[in-house]
Amino acid sequence: MNTGARGALAAHRADAIMRAVFFGCGLFSILITVGIVAVLVLEAAPFFKNVSVFTFLTDTEWTPLFAQKRFGVLPLLCGTLLTSAIAMCVALPAGITVGIYLSEFASPLVRTVIKPALEVLAGVPTLVYGYFALFVVTPTLQILFPSLPGFNALSAGLVMGFMILPMVASLSEDAIFSVPKALKEGAYALGASKMQTTLSVVVPAASGGIIAAVILAMARAVGETMIVAIAAGQQPTLTLNPFAAIETMTAYIVQVSLGDTPHGTLEFHTIFAVGLALFCITLVLNSASLLLRRKIRRGHG
Amino acid sequence: MSEISTPHTPLTRRNILARPQSESLFVAFSLLIVSGALLFLCVLIVQLLIDGLPRFELSFFTGTPSRIAERAGIFPALMGSLWLMGIVAIFAVPLGVGAAVYLEEYAPKNWLTGFIELNIANLAGVPSIIYGLLGLQLFVRICGFERSVLSGGLTLSLVVLPVIIIAAREALRNVPKSLREGALALGATQWQSIFHHVLPNATPGILTGCILAFSRAIGETAPLITMGALTYVATAPSTPLSAFTALPIQAFNWISRPQAAFHTNAAAAISLLLVVLLTFNIIAVILRAKLERRN
Repeated sequence: MNTGARGALAAHRADAIMRAVFFGCGLFSILITVGIVAVLVLEAAPFFKNVSVFTFLTDTEWTPLFAQKRFGVLPLLCGTLLTSAIAMCVALPAGITVGIYLSEFASPLVRTVIKPALEVLAGVPTLVYGYFALFVVTPTLQILFPSLPGFNALSAGLVMGFMILPMVASLSEDAIFSVPKALKEGAYALGASKMQTTLSVVVPAASGGIIAAVILAMARAVGETMIVAIAAGQQPTLTLNPFAAIETMTAYIVQVSLGDTPHGTLEFHTIFAVGLALFCITLVLNSASLLLRRKIRRGHG
Repeated sequence: MSEISTPHTPLTRRNILARPQSESLFVAFSLLIVSGALLFLCVLIVQLLIDGLPRFELSFFTGTPSRIAERAGIFPALMGSLWLMGIVAIFAVPLGVGAAVYLEEYAPKNWLTGFIELNIANLAGVPSIIYGLLGLQLFVRICGFERSVLSGGLTLSLVVLPVIIIAAREALRNVPKSLREGALALGATQWQSIFHHVLPNATPGILTGCILAFSRAIGETAPLITMGALTYVATAPSTPLSAFTALPIQAFNWISRPQAAFHTNAAAAISLLLVVLLTFNIIAVILRAKLERRN
């Protein structure tokens, strides 16, 4: 009996210890966020001591690596938004259409083929897409537009669109699939066809979830790095011309990381200032998408 | 039948017949988009193989980097990538599964749990390049690991941690509740029930998540470059604190060079990366199919 009681005691002690260990694992994720914010803020601080936040956000030129230094993030931001916008032009209509198709029309057999294939498309490393954009897509586009430079926003944006398409498709499929069945049945009972039900009842009911998907895809496009670093160029330009060579925020960070900028210089701290701006943009987009999805889930539940 | 059209089209024989047509049009359009996307993927893979296959010879896999493109090999990069995967497996997998177990099995429904969940969802959306900046300060400078394979592996571990947590939670959620209750009813402690019953049942799902996390980690380039990974390393890492290069970094380095011969090398390195990734993906698909059949 005594050994049994001791065994039970040991088991309970192990239980308490493991509980604490797992709690630690859970808390660790918060530490990562704290680490990211701390590093970005502390390392961007020396930059903002020399350059005011106002100049950073409003100056129209970004030339920290030149003799004539200007520190306006707008050209980088503009490059980021330009490539993201091109990507969304591809991924939005195509992705939402595929999402509707997969959720409402595709047979189970077709789904089991298409879904893993789209996952492969989403799982290809972005470096590979960068290679493809620079050496295949750009030369092809140059046949159509002979004046297109070797590095341009168009090619990078288009390829990024294909990369993001599966994400938009899968998230909007989930949103459409979670529309209550009663809504659909009501529409059918009123004599609506499947197509009518889908377009005028199901998709509007899922619109919140689809918007959340789109915002999440936008955040992904803004933070995408290798495609734009390889194929879009390294020329910070304040332009909305898709045929121009530009530089995105992420590509700038890569450019400085590859160079031999000494640690501690103002040039070095610029990457943390740009990183902080990038982090803020994606945080706002991700949070908006998350809150929207939570609200919808509560509404359906 | 009058020919006046109204905003709400009346139910006529003609438009009952017309309905399936709009549906098949939509299906055809969707399939066109899907085939377009898959064609894009096929062209990408075929083009890379065409570009890279000429370099697929033993000396390419066993050779070290060289200024002469035809003599350059990927051995140090290949070993570097293997080291990185090993470090990710050691750090990210236990941490990720642990966090998932806490959230699914222990966590009370309170603000802290809600905050942890929100935080993980947000971490999953942080651009990987930001993790590179964190790795540069935290591992390379503060911890003093320099630009070693350990710093790189730890940085990648942070990148894929949310992927593992999210997948492992889903796997745990799919384990039937009756299993836990049965174990507890027989007098098992919660940890015994988790260790002996819940985790073994969730293993295939967790494994699928880990494979996806590895396939993400093996192709990640941006965080390693930002962390300061060197692009020219002639030897394979021998200790966790050795300097390293990895397949995607080596490929990126070759892409950035002006000579076409190096682009061939890049295509070959990327082809190898894609073969590994496709293998990972196929394993994950098979595992998942088996899981679904069992459920």
